[in-house]
Amino acid sequence: MRKYTPKDNVQGKSYYTDRFWVAPRVPREEVEEGSHFETVVNALGSQVKESYIEVGQLVVHIDASENFAVIKTLRDECGYKQCSEQSAVDYLAQDGEFELFYQLLNHAEAKRVRVVCRIKKGEAIESIVPLYKSANFAEREMYDMFGIKVNNHPFLKRIIMPDDWEGHPLLKTYPLHGDEFASWYEVDKIFGKEYRDIIGPENRDPAKVERYDTKRFSRVGYEVPFGADISEGEKEQAIEYSETILVNYNAGTKQLDERK
Amino acid sequence: MAQHQVNYASSAGLPIALTTVDHLVNWGRSNSLWPLTYGLACCAIEMMAAGGARYDFDRFGTIFRASPRQSDVMILAGTLSKKHAEFARRLYDQMSEPKWVISMGSCANTGGMFNTYATVQGVDRIVPVDIYLPGCAPRPETLQYALMMLQKKIRKESANMNKNTKQNLRLV
Amino acid sequence: MSQQPNKLTPFFENLNFERDDNTMVINFGPQHPSAHGQLRLVLELDGEQVVKAYPDIGYLHRGIEKMAENMTYNEFLPTTDRLDYIASTANNYAYALAVEKLLGIEAPRRAQVIRTMLLELNRVISHLFFLATHALDVGAMSVFLYAFREREYAMDLMEDYCGARLTHSSVRIGGVPLDLPAGWLENLAAFCDKVDYEVEHTYEALLTENRIWKMRLENVGVISAEEALSWGCTGPMLRGSGVKYDIRKEEPYELYSELDFDIPVAETCDSYGRYRLYMEEMKQSTRILRQLIPMYKKTEPRLMAHAPQYISAPKEEIMTQNYALMQHFVLVTQGMRPPKGEVYVPTESPKGELGFYIKSEGEPYAYRLKCRAPSFFHTGLLQEILVGTYIADVVTIIGTTNIVFGEVDR
Repeated sequence: MRKYTPKDNVQGKSYYTDRFWVAPRVPREEVEEGSHFETVVNALGSQVKESYIEVGQLVVHIDASENFAVIKTLRDECGYKQCSEQSAVDYLAQDGEFELFYQLLNHAEAKRVRVVCRIKKGEAIESIVPLYKSANFAEREMYDMFGIKVNNHPFLKRIIMPDDWEGHPLLKTYPLHGDEFASWYEVDKIFGKEYRDIIGPENRDPAKVERYDTKRFSRVGYEVPFGADISEGEKEQAIEYSETILVNYNAGTKQLDERK
Repeated sequence: MAQHQVNYASSAGLPIALTTVDHLVNWGRSNSLWPLTYGLACCAIEMMAAGGARYDFDRFGTIFRASPRQSDVMILAGTLSKKHAEFARRLYDQMSEPKWVISMGSCANTGGMFNTYATVQGVDRIVPVDIYLPGCAPRPETLQYALMMLQKKIRKESANMNKNTKQNLRLV
Repeated sequence: MSQQPNKLTPFFENLNFERDDNTMVINFGPQHPSAHGQLRLVLELDGEQVVKAYPDIGYLHRGIEKMAENMTYNEFLPTTDRLDYIASTANNYAYALAVEKLLGIEAPRRAQVIRTMLLELNRVISHLFFLATHALDVGAMSVFLYAFREREYAMDLMEDYCGARLTHSSVRIGGVPLDLPAGWLENLAAFCDKVDYEVEHTYEALLTENRIWKMRLENVGVISAEEALSWGCTGPMLRGSGVKYDIRKEEPYELYSELDFDIPVAETCDSYGRYRLYMEEMKQSTRILRQLIPMYKKTEPRLMAHAPQYISAPKEEIMTQNYALMQHFVLVTQGMRPPKGEVYVPTESPKGELGFYIKSEGEPYAYRLKCRAPSFFHTGLLQEILVGTYIADVVTIIGTTNIVFGEVDR
């Protein structure tokens, strides 16, 4: 039987895990009375589901359908004139939702606010391009990397990946080395599918050693003519690492129980 | 009078006295290699530093040309992403013969530290490479050494490009 | 010799050249001597003036953010080098600071002094590179050679310290790995003098009052303050439009709250103002470096923070104490486990506001890492700022926005 690998999150996991570790939380503080952040929270009123201060910045949780209204209030009334960053976090495996965040800056007071909202898979979010022009590229990147559609965006096309790319790279279900489409993309584009055999698959193993290759390795001290065959009839044996070994539950069971 | 038939029309008209012409042609080619400015990422900065005043690239007779039609060597410096691979091949095709390729840095050699979905794992999947330069980023002196090795390689080539010597055979 | 057959056809399918209003479409391709990397601009020209500009990026996308989700925090640090590869320590430091804020630790004093010195040295390196490439694109080629000469001295300093000229990785989470070598501070003082002299007597003498330079740069690339704020411009782009905002002063980190320096601001919102701003910033950087040199001697020799849960002990302890060795082993193989939470930390890199957003779930690998790159937003700005300029100004504007494609595409 094959070793079980979870399909909803194919990112790497640490080799050894600590079973009894309970992670602490980054400390969160309450919004103080009379501070700048309190005026911000009051200006937003009932749209705020939760608010706290984390690492010196105000974090405000809102409903995804109200993001335009909330950010408009922040920009016009509270003076947050710059949107430093916006992106998404993929929580599809845990909750089936994406968590979007907008990082805003008030340069007059040097204060930052993070507006966080959650959308379900397949939902679209309203664009804030009319408020901040920096959202033009940032929302396109969010769409490109996660597949989150943005309503009323002037030009929602892929920006970082090629236009004909299939798949959204930063999803947790997308492997780091790329799926099959990704691994043959450049060969198909330039030479055509026929050349897949001629060029060969990608070498994703950084420790790959080709023992009998005399065309690309120079064998200092043991030189042979270019292309000479030094294998002496033996075939190259791929080095097997423990993760690729199939688990065989049926072979070679030791007789542990003396009663049998 | 020679008994055998010598066909002067074939083989670029060079069936006789190849050694000196070889020498001369290779001397000319190797001592004035004009690279195509193909800096992609961090290695491009080291390539520029190699062209700067301290590690002078100009003393090898190189002038960085922007147009592929006017250049001999394509120094692929930096990571080649899959989006860009098509253009690297286009530019290689647009260069005129004779042309060589130096792959500079780990990202160009094998994909380097970027073992990801968007990086071409080695520029030799796309263009045939003559010299591979290791390093991340390789020092400008390494680039000069690579150019000198390429010069040595060119001097061994035969001027008769139709001859099937192993230097003239390109894989892709 | 036969060419390998391939499927590439002439690249005209996606550009419509025959338009009704007689505008010409030019592809300022991903390989271009003035494109500062891999920027593809599709320009629609009416005569010589640009009517529409569409920047196409992504040609250097390497999946760095995805790599962060598959590596431990310490493993990822050398990868951050390759973002803004001209001033590598700035990115390393921004990432290290973000993780330190997440962990809630602070680097010891000597490490702070060394880090601030490296940051300002990288600022000088980056501004020299800006000057070199900008001048080269506009046409002043000798400035390129002079600026690279100064850069070589600075890179010698960096190489003395950490061994690498370009991709430094000279900062670790919790401090710095190495102490300054002997004689480094004297070399640094000599370098500061050299830079000050050269900025005043070579670069400014050659360019500032130069008629051709002024004609090429004045009133080119004008951005008003509201536009700059809206487009997400930060750093020299923002200060070049009259908005006085520098994260080193407003949200200070490291030792910037103790140092004495000014923030130059340009009132003319054009490229010439930004050029003067960069020159002035170089002078301020050497001023900061001179203040830091005497501060080094007063610090006690601790280089990494003391947080045994997250950071390994110094090498002497690892080699002699058993528990230090065990903890180091666990931290290297498993990776350090920061608290659960998210953090966004902005720093002032030479290009603008470089920030890292890290979301951690308590695992040794980050759950999400987003790098807020200043050049990404400056490239977005190009689609608005290039309209109405002449094609020669396109090159000037790309140079003055100081974009680095390692950051833009990540």
